[in-house]
Amino acid sequence: MSARDRILERVRAGLKRPTPVSVARPDRSLAPMARPVSHLLNDFIARAESLQSTVAQVANLNAVPAAVAEYLQAQGLPRKSVIWPSLKALDWFSSGLTAEARPPVSEDRLGITETFCGIAETGTLLLHSGVDHFSTTSLLPETHIAILRVDRLVERMEQAFALMQSELDQLPRATNFISGPSRTADIEQTIVIGAHGPRRVHIILVG
Amino acid sequence: MKIRSEQFKGNVRKQLADEALQSNLSRFGGGFADRRRDALVKVDDFEALRDRGASIRAEVLENLDYWLLKFEAEAQRRGTQVHWAETGAEANQILLNIARNAGVQRVVKSKSMVSEESGLNEVLTEAGMTVTETDLGEYILQLANEPPSHIIAPAIHKSRDEVSALFEKHHGTPRTDDIPSLCEEARGQLRPHFLAADMGVSGGNFLIAETGSVTIVTNEGNGRMVTTLPRVHVAMTGIEKVLPTLEDLSAILRLLPRSATGQDITNYVSILTGVRDEGAMDGPQENHVILVDNGRSRLLGGDLHDALRCIRCGACMNHCPVYQNIGGHAYGWVYPGPIGAILTPAFLGLEKALDLPQASTLCAACEVVCPVRIPLPDLMRVLREKELTQGLRPWHERLSIRLWRWLALHPGWYAFAARWGTRLLRGMAGSDRLLHTLPGLDGWTEGRDMPAPQGETFRDQWRKKQAAERKIIPIRLDPSPSEKKAGLKK
Repeated sequence: MSARDRILERVRAGLKRPTPVSVARPDRSLAPMARPVSHLLNDFIARAESLQSTVAQVANLNAVPAAVAEYLQAQGLPRKSVIWPSLKALDWFSSGLTAEARPPVSEDRLGITETFCGIAETGTLLLHSGVDHFSTTSLLPETHIAILRVDRLVERMEQAFALMQSELDQLPRATNFISGPSRTADIEQTIVIGAHGPRRVHIILVG
Repeated sequence: MKIRSEQFKGNVRKQLADEALQSNLSRFGGGFADRRRDALVKVDDFEALRDRGASIRAEVLENLDYWLLKFEAEAQRRGTQVHWAETGAEANQILLNIARNAGVQRVVKSKSMVSEESGLNEVLTEAGMTVTETDLGEYILQLANEPPSHIIAPAIHKSRDEVSALFEKHHGTPRTDDIPSLCEEARGQLRPHFLAADMGVSGGNFLIAETGSVTIVTNEGNGRMVTTLPRVHVAMTGIEKVLPTLEDLSAILRLLPRSATGQDITNYVSILTGVRDEGAMDGPQENHVILVDNGRSRLLGGDLHDALRCIRCGACMNHCPVYQNIGGHAYGWVYPGPIGAILTPAFLGLEKALDLPQASTLCAACEVVCPVRIPLPDLMRVLREKELTQGLRPWHERLSIRLWRWLALHPGWYAFAARWGTRLLRGMAGSDRLLHTLPGLDGWTEGRDMPAPQGETFRDQWRKKQAAERKIIPIRLDPSPSEKKAGLKK
């Protein structure tokens, strides 16, 4: 008998029954509250800012590079970035930016990604891994800029999962919910922003 | 991890006498508890969320074997290798084999309490590998060569000065009392470890049966590094951590961070499923999950069953007056505080942790804050009763409980003993009306005096009052049948 069999045997013995052939999938889906987009947007922005993300809004995707340049200027950060390949088509050059479509190395200071969807409940970004969606772009550089289309805002985490299920073949290798810059409170319970991940998360809403 | 729960009383004495520790613990008050309170105010109906969380966890346990097998099948379908370990030692051996087969030299770890149970780091180090803890708290403790004292804030017993001294010793950097500088230093020290590691070891906050995923909840981002950069990832977690669906995860995630640190959500929640996609540039090529029993399955269906609902938020210890005075190390094993007072004897055996279920005033603060409504004080009572019936308590304690039981069942003698007992105690007290020692109970009077009873006993007062009102109501021991029916028992 293997460890697996012995563990399962003890579980069955404890529960005093054989393993059930099937158990109904618990239905704990929460219907969306069907609130207008403007409410979602306001909630999202307020909560994201409360988690020390910063938020800007532009009318369309073409306006993103200028918004990035403006943010970098204000923060005094270099105008050099690694980006997801899907953002290659944007005109970064005209805004004075260098944007390289490649996975980051540890020395890269700025990473720009798209966002699968945003969750208003907590001001959270949902990014998932993929061939062109490097997980490290939102992790290694000290600044992460996330581009999020306003029509990709959902209310709750349940709706984000439903959206993934309807649009993706299967759950990606890594699904990352990101809520603000990395932080720690491990020394004297004092919250310090910028632990191992990014020190800054800037969200550019589009639409 | 080395078991020191048997020496609880000695541990406590040491902790109480440790001035530096006491000063660090005094800072603890407020903190997480205040932040939790502030976070709950922002939620519409937290009690409803707790009900939901408790029923999700309870339902999982009812069909634990089914959900584990479902998890295993789904995880395997996605290319994750699933291993089962009956004990911590077995889990270590499995992990060691994985590491050897993959030619691993450097291991980075994000926090895993199960790996503390099994003492994984020692095993890997003895096998010649370098192991680096990357959670800031765990990293500090690795440098200090100490076990964690809290399940979510492992180095909560250390002051900034102690951390700075450790960093000076190990990094050769100048001392500082600036906490952000210390965090920055750790970031700089640990980044190269993430980049160079061949293997990442993590815990698993939750396993999702339906998708075969491991979920990791972190703030620092080290959990993401450990599960993204090295070519091999191994998650080590307890068999009870499974949840059926992603919706269940959503519901539980509304409880965990709020109960733990008062955050609405942690910075990162990572759901990890399978191995690196073909053509992808990051993610492990090899992914393993080790499902560790280590005493858990024995609790199913028994009187400690509900303890397996635990989602490891730490709220019970954050609100425990005993924990806040003695600190986590006193409990002598991985899990401190009220949940530790139950899990330690439950996992290791009651005889290994006799004093832990007794180390509580049963004030029930833990039960009030538990996000999955574990009846912690009731479970401690269960363990206390077991200790008594199994003859594990000292003879004088057993004798006094017997005596008490007999008296409680004989009201006439109870009244007699109360009347003469109070007089005796009054006679024993000095002019200050305080008892400085009590024969046979010197442990109790070691830290405080007992005030001698004053005036008459309740029964005498009651009788007089009733007589004065000329309306004697006999004291009944058992409720009348009509009271019983109306639920007025007690």
